[in-house]
Amino acid sequence: MQQTKNASLRLENGAVFRGKSFGYDRSVAGEVVFNTAMTGYPESLTDPSYSGQILVFTYPLIGNYGVPADEIKQRISTFYESEKIHVRGVVVSDYSFEYSHWNAVKSLADWLKEQGIAGIYGVDTREITSLLREEGSMKGAIQLEGEDEIAFEDPNLVNQVDVVSCKEIITYGTGAKKVVMVDCGVKHNIIRCLLRRDVTLIRVPWDYDFNTLEYDGLFISNGPGNPDLCGAAVEHLRQALNGDKPIFGICMGNQLLSKAGGAKVYKLKYGHRGHNQPVRLVGTNRCFVTSQNHGFAVDSNTLGNDWEPMFVNMNDGTNEGIRHKFKPFFSAQFHPEAASGPTDTEFLFDEFVQLIK
Amino acid sequence: MNTILTHEHTAMQQQSDMPMPKKVLLLGSGALKIGEAGEFDYSGSQALKALKEEGIYTVLINPNIATVQTSEGVADKIYFLPVTPFFVEKVIEKERPEGILLAFGGQTALNCGVALYKSGVLEKYNVRVLGTPVQAIIDTEDRELFVKKLDEINVKTIKSHAVENIEDAKKAAAELGYPIIVRAAYALGGLGSGFCDNEEELVQIAEKAFSFSPQVLIEKSLKGWKEIEYEVVRDRFDNCITVCNMENFDPLGIHTGESIVIAPSQTLTNSEYHKLRELAIRIIRHIGIVGECNVQYAFDPESEDYRVIEVNARLSRSSALASKATGYPLAFVAAKLGLGYGLFDLKNSVTKVTSAFFEPALDYVVCKIPRWDLGKFRGVDRELGSSMKSVGEVMAIGRTFEEALQKGLRMIGQGMHGFVGNKELEIPDVDKALREPTDKRIFVISKAMRAGYTLDQIHELTKIDRWFLQKLMNIVRTMQALEKNQASHLDITPADVDEDLLRTAKSQGFSDFQIARGLGLEHFTSTEKAILVIRDLRKKMGIIPVVKQIDTLAAEYPAQTNYLYITYNGVTNDVKYVGDRKSIIVLGSGAYRIGSSVEFDWCGVQALNTIRQNGYRSVMINYNPETVSTDYDMCDRLYFDELTFERVMDIIELENPHGVIVSTGGQIPNNLAMRLDEEHVNILGTTAKSIDNAEDRDKFSAMLDRIGVDQPEWSALTSMDDVNAFIEKVGFPVLVRPSYVLSGAAMNVCSNQEELERFLKLAANVSKQHPVVISQFIENAKEVEMDAVAQNGEIIAYAISEHIEYAGVHSGDATIQFPPQKLYVETVRRIKRISRQIAKELNISGPFNIQYLARENDIKVIECNLRASRSFPFVSKVLKINLIDLATKVMLGLPVEKPHKSLFDLDYVGVKASQFSFNRLQKADPVLGVDMASTGEVGCIGDDSASAVLTAMLSVGHRIPAKNILLSTGSAKQKTEMLDAARLLAAKGYKLYATGGTSRFLTENGVENTLVYWPSEEGHPQALDMLHSKAIDLVVNIPKNLTTGELTNGYKVRRAAIDLNIPLITNARLASAFINAFCTLDINNIAIKSWDEYK
Repeated sequence: MQQTKNASLRLENGAVFRGKSFGYDRSVAGEVVFNTAMTGYPESLTDPSYSGQILVFTYPLIGNYGVPADEIKQRISTFYESEKIHVRGVVVSDYSFEYSHWNAVKSLADWLKEQGIAGIYGVDTREITSLLREEGSMKGAIQLEGEDEIAFEDPNLVNQVDVVSCKEIITYGTGAKKVVMVDCGVKHNIIRCLLRRDVTLIRVPWDYDFNTLEYDGLFISNGPGNPDLCGAAVEHLRQALNGDKPIFGICMGNQLLSKAGGAKVYKLKYGHRGHNQPVRLVGTNRCFVTSQNHGFAVDSNTLGNDWEPMFVNMNDGTNEGIRHKFKPFFSAQFHPEAASGPTDTEFLFDEFVQLIK
Repeated sequence: MNTILTHEHTAMQQQSDMPMPKKVLLLGSGALKIGEAGEFDYSGSQALKALKEEGIYTVLINPNIATVQTSEGVADKIYFLPVTPFFVEKVIEKERPEGILLAFGGQTALNCGVALYKSGVLEKYNVRVLGTPVQAIIDTEDRELFVKKLDEINVKTIKSHAVENIEDAKKAAAELGYPIIVRAAYALGGLGSGFCDNEEELVQIAEKAFSFSPQVLIEKSLKGWKEIEYEVVRDRFDNCITVCNMENFDPLGIHTGESIVIAPSQTLTNSEYHKLRELAIRIIRHIGIVGECNVQYAFDPESEDYRVIEVNARLSRSSALASKATGYPLAFVAAKLGLGYGLFDLKNSVTKVTSAFFEPALDYVVCKIPRWDLGKFRGVDRELGSSMKSVGEVMAIGRTFEEALQKGLRMIGQGMHGFVGNKELEIPDVDKALREPTDKRIFVISKAMRAGYTLDQIHELTKIDRWFLQKLMNIVRTMQALEKNQASHLDITPADVDEDLLRTAKSQGFSDFQIARGLGLEHFTSTEKAILVIRDLRKKMGIIPVVKQIDTLAAEYPAQTNYLYITYNGVTNDVKYVGDRKSIIVLGSGAYRIGSSVEFDWCGVQALNTIRQNGYRSVMINYNPETVSTDYDMCDRLYFDELTFERVMDIIELENPHGVIVSTGGQIPNNLAMRLDEEHVNILGTTAKSIDNAEDRDKFSAMLDRIGVDQPEWSALTSMDDVNAFIEKVGFPVLVRPSYVLSGAAMNVCSNQEELERFLKLAANVSKQHPVVISQFIENAKEVEMDAVAQNGEIIAYAISEHIEYAGVHSGDATIQFPPQKLYVETVRRIKRISRQIAKELNISGPFNIQYLARENDIKVIECNLRASRSFPFVSKVLKINLIDLATKVMLGLPVEKPHKSLFDLDYVGVKASQFSFNRLQKADPVLGVDMASTGEVGCIGDDSASAVLTAMLSVGHRIPAKNILLSTGSAKQKTEMLDAARLLAAKGYKLYATGGTSRFLTENGVENTLVYWPSEEGHPQALDMLHSKAIDLVVNIPKNLTTGELTNGYKVRRAAIDLNIPLITNARLASAFINAFCTLDINNIAIKSWDEYK
């Protein structure tokens, strides 16, 4: 049997789940959210959209295939979705201390330790999920036995986008079409997807005024936390909407584009995080299984007259994307770049790049 | 601008562009056989439910009378007829359906549908194929077309050469390089396929494959690659989802039906998972499936390289498993999609609010384990390979792999307690056993681990992914830790045991028994007592399991689902128990196996229906993914979990039920009766004590003596001297039943001293602990079955049926007719009287079955079971009185009336015939004996015995021979018995070939025949040559006795008939009945009547 320290997961509502620590032995607080994906823990943990959050995997067996190498080529991680782990803590039911995969170089536990991230296993993740579903995402903490009780903390009060966005302009590729990417916490697979399509990518910090740059198309990335804290980006977008250059947004990008178009966003009770979210292209019979990770959503009823919903969630009817009625602007609440998750909607990148003249 | 962003929206296609059919024909899969079993009862039942919901009139053709789908109210019209083009066309001609569903009856239905399409029958009668178009089916079935089709979209397949003769096969193999695999095209579940390491093996296997199919495929072997499957769904609007993926524990090389399978995949990264998912969707779109299909991959363990193995354009065993594993009703949805619905039109049937267009997220792991019964077959090849031999399977659910696996190993019901803590297997060469897997593989791994083999060594020998081995090693380590904590006395208290260790053990699926064994409690007490000690101990420590729901969305949405399992990896129950004592628990029948199959599923489902109708909460415990009883729609609560004493008690403690029904699930629940009773569980119906009085040979025998009922003489003997003394008294032949636990060997009839000694040496050494039961064997006696329901010892309803074969053929293999056609009135009268006496003496309340021997009017009782028997669905459906419904009412204490109808009122005959799967059991001797060998059955109804016999025999794969028949008709007595049939054949113009003695006998009696030679004889023509050249259309080979020479010669002929797919009959009475039927009846004159037309 493994020698591990006792730990517990405490939730804002008073619930306590006892388990054992398997990551970096420390106590940590954050917003507790769950993800229902059955694969892709290295991708999820490095997804900047999880910044500030403690992530519960509903799939109970985690760590099976270890973790691939931390390899960065031309400022893009080969196997991760960013340079580091962004979640604050990991909650699993059955951690696999041993792993097996040709592409793995270390165990999940070793990786967490290396990056100073807390992890707890041996807790009833299904019950935790039910609580989060019934009472909504809530603050919580992984508490190590013997350490001082750590205080709860609401990461949504902090501008998480500012925490994870790049601090300087980074240029990728030498493609024919010049795309500016507003980095709210971009996943590297978005960069990979665009670069595969003959694009030169200019990644700018979230609050950078890209209107001062020359570009052919504008992309607004995914990112963590509360979109209402990203006023600067919305202002810049509003200006861009006066032009005619194609705009494509993903996740946070969808929310910021919507805000620029006059709509309101609101916090979902417990968000959409998983690989099995069904969306429908509005007005058609075309449906897609999508990868999602968001806690906020666009209120379709508040969209301006020039806008319309493009995708709708088939489970709860929430907005999954918008488009401009006349101009080449659109965005998706889900993740067409997948990684992790289903790849059904990657064609949206083709659509975007084709729109760029 | 392209489609998705264009502002002129794609107009929604309307439902009206595809009119809803009013009448639809569904083809079933016929008898259960290896490779095609209960899963198709489940898929067909679901499809019929989906159609019914739309108000569509449904017609079902399925001769499998024991299924749920052929029960009243499931389809509007049911034909118990063979699923062959001939009969299906007749039904189409009569019923004129607008649509036909081909995807729900396995390969049988698919092949039949393709034949009807190709012959133009569907077009002629204007029958529309609903769902996947036939061309798409052909594209997946014909290997060459399939490869071409996938080439078009750059999807890699296994390099394969289609050949039509042995020479081309050799050439292709040489080109690809050995090892190679040989497959027969259009074959069920790998029939006639195999791996070859050299040309010699190739010739052998290819010849067999050619007997099943004119086209044989030679492929490069990818042994050691992972095997991964995806279940994919597509609607006619091109929307696709993958409902589930599954990973085989055993690498490629072992048929997926023979492998332990885990869902979802465990060792694939996100990139790998979605690469294969994306390919699956690309494939299903390109082929044009509408409904469900299964894509199987070989996947390189060292890179992301893959090959598509095959695509099944129909519901399959895997899809049934996927449905149960995820809660997503694939067959139901596929049927709706066939009617023209889009996935977006349908709701998730678990949450009822979210869309059916989604992919289930599991928050548990599922483990499927095959159940083999190879021990039942003399001479069978036990090595696992590319063709399927297992007869059933179980599915275990847990929140750790260890938990699911250990549950599963107990569920397969072969005396194993999990991965560890079992009786030690004797494996002479562990390395070899690891390298060449048999049905014992998983236990060989356990043995190797405990013997100190490293993971790498085991991986090298088995190629099983290290992750699985690591998890198995966890179990071994926990057992070792328990063993270090040997108890010093029985009264252990929480202070004596490490709580963490106990929790770990339980979270890894250890049973109380395994823990007791680990701690050494067996030194102090009985197994049963030790289990209770541990149970009590852990309860004191607060180590108790919880109930979790299967809700398809990993708790993301609230679900009112009643689909449940038990786990130790959790702290909270998903179900809020109200303690109203309104629950009635029905114990299911577990894995399908030889001797217990779909018939008990039918019984369980009927009991659930009656319970529900009478205002109780129906609760099922069962773990067989191939069944309808484990469809969560069938009951108010489904516990997909073990039927062990421990787990049943866990559930009883949660449910606090009104009572438990143990009599509709066959022997597994029956065996629990006494122990549940000791825990004061309310067993409904006949008391546990009575059950024990019938089960216990001594007690039962004493009771029969007391009430003056005769039985064959028997004795349990512990020494060879006693055996000889007993035989001296009763004389040969005798029925010998060795202790199964010790030897795993079958029962047998021995006719002389030599046979007896040989058999006993083979089977077991007779000893004090393991006595051998020997009974007098009565020759040429009729066997008669009494299936009945009694209330407080009085018979309410009964059915007496008669075996066509004489006693000596196991009742599960026998051909049975009901009502009896050739019993003396006095025999029937006596049987009724004795049955009444027994029912009264045991104070039976519920279903029961008694087997009798009848010679002249001399009646002896062979066996009595105070539970439903295998023949309950058959007699219930022929009699049109649901005996289980009656029995359940009795058990619920409801008033019941004696039905006004009796078997003497029937103007028609039902014949139940057995299905054998010898073609899948390489090397097994296809001969029938006192131990059961059949894997399934059919029941057909006719206006007379002959027509029912004929349709029943055709339903189990016999064909009316075209011309040439090979006869070897056994002993003198059997030869005489067969003489009339031989004359009939000759008169009908059949050409008879006969081996030595038979030929002489026929000639002497003036029946023209050609002599052929046994394999051991010189001369021409040789019987085997004639079989190999396909010159023979039917083989009647009746084994004379068990002498070595007879067995060898006969065996070779019988085995060749099976391997070359030539119909074989080994029983004189059955052969006569069949021959009489096809000689006196013209198949074209068989009445095409539905069940309800027999009045």
